[in-house]
Amino acid sequence: MARSLLTGTRIRERRTAQGLRQADVARTAGISPAYLNLIEHNRRRVSDALLARLAEAIGLDLFALSDGAEGALFDGLREAASAQTVRGAQPEIDRIEEFVGRFPGWAGVLAERQARIAALERTVEGFSERMAQDPFLSTALHEVLSAVTSLRSTAAILVENDAIDAEWRARFHRTIHEESLRLSDTAEALVGYLDTLDEAESGLSSPQEEVEAWLATHDFHLAALEGPRAPAPETLTAGVAELASSAARTLAAEHIVRAHADALALPLKPFLRALAEDGPDPARLAGRFGAPLARVFRRLASLPPEAGLTEVGLVICDGSGSFSFRRPMPGFALPRFGAGCPLWPLYEALGRQMQPIRAVIELAARVPQRFLTYAICQPLQPTGFDAPQVLEASMLILPAPPERGAVERAVGVSCRICPRIACPARREPSIVT
Amino acid sequence: MRGRHVVLIEDELNIAEAIRFILTQDGAAVTHLASGTDSTAVLMREKPDVLVLDVMLPDRSGLEILAEIRAIPELAMLPVLMLTARGKNRDREAAERAGANAFLAKPFANADLLAQVRALAEGGA
Repeated sequence: MARSLLTGTRIRERRTAQGLRQADVARTAGISPAYLNLIEHNRRRVSDALLARLAEAIGLDLFALSDGAEGALFDGLREAASAQTVRGAQPEIDRIEEFVGRFPGWAGVLAERQARIAALERTVEGFSERMAQDPFLSTALHEVLSAVTSLRSTAAILVENDAIDAEWRARFHRTIHEESLRLSDTAEALVGYLDTLDEAESGLSSPQEEVEAWLATHDFHLAALEGPRAPAPETLTAGVAELASSAARTLAAEHIVRAHADALALPLKPFLRALAEDGPDPARLAGRFGAPLARVFRRLASLPPEAGLTEVGLVICDGSGSFSFRRPMPGFALPRFGAGCPLWPLYEALGRQMQPIRAVIELAARVPQRFLTYAICQPLQPTGFDAPQVLEASMLILPAPPERGAVERAVGVSCRICPRIACPARREPSIVT
Repeated sequence: MRGRHVVLIEDELNIAEAIRFILTQDGAAVTHLASGTDSTAVLMREKPDVLVLDVMLPDRSGLEILAEIRAIPELAMLPVLMLTARGKNRDREAAERAGANAFLAKPFANADLLAQVRALAEGGA
């Protein structure tokens, strides 16, 4: 397991949190206190073997000393480096770990700024699209342009022609009156239209992100949907701060309907009993309940926290590979925009409809992390002979078993920040050298 | 522009009125069409010296009309001034590709309109 310079900071944090002296930990790990001091100040890299000894000396799991949530911070910084537009600026990507280690606050600010810029760019794109395609705006702007053109030409004629015929003069006066009325009516309509736009519609999140943020506040479990009678979706979405846009509320309502159907098909108590007996094995659970695998995936990813299955992730995409649902898994950063790694079992499933895929993946990161994934792709609804095929693929993400299998799949998060330079599925150069 | 004949295709009647005034004051005869319907038939019949054509018409696009008349041998060389919306570069580029001789963005100065039409009528676009 590769180690980074930042591991030292983490070792120091964990050791002091445990109330252990540097000298004691160093002795237990078989190194000198001075060497441990250098490690803790990120001045020496740590070998796998030594890290294991240090983890044992501190009394922690090896994983606790690895990247954890900071992976997202590194991804954010790499994105910032790739997006930088200052002429001549060459961010020292090879020293990114040192930067985070020495200036964690600044690193966090930079990553957060990058996320904000990406969100703002998306908003601008949305506005541009709206301006270009909104039929009301397009018509209103055409009206304004026509009225202004008419007013300008007519006013100029009246000003520049002293000896204008009385009949023409009267006609042009009437034109000015008509066009000024048209202009004021259009302006009023435009202001009214812009006023009615829900301010939240111009928010920085996509509707899907709003739904995910709302679900995250419930730990992805909606208790109200358990049992035969669920409240109307609107009663669950009304007044929810996270669901600011009408599009998000529509998506949330669709999610609620589906989640309730899942809860009816896989009732909570029997499902939890089966889970306790079989473990989170989707195939067994699907067999027990006679339910489709995708439904079992969704149920596993929406259980109450007391079910004990907190380390679970779920990604759902349509036939184009676009995400329609994301429940992030700790340590598995899901891309916010764009597609994921083409080597994910999720995408393989798209090409192998109805064939379940089970794969242990190793996610390329500063500290590679392993996950157990299950994927399935199935038609979304019966479509008949001539109807278009609507597909949906789902990938359940669980912690990997400790023992390594013969075949483990090397994947990434997205090409741009993936260090697997020679990957055959690469679609764009990586900024990680 | 005495003796010159201009066909104007513009659906905004007040704009058309102003253009007609500007051109007739300068001596030109103006035929106004408020839509693109049958425009080619009118052009074939009238054989104008210049066509002033609005891009955005209710029934069919000015670009469509331009492409159509460029395909008719008798009208292929007709000087055409396109009226486009200010800032709509795509319209202008499309009009260029379709074979417009000159462009004027709305809102325009009357003197510019007159200068453009004169230049086209004299063959100096």
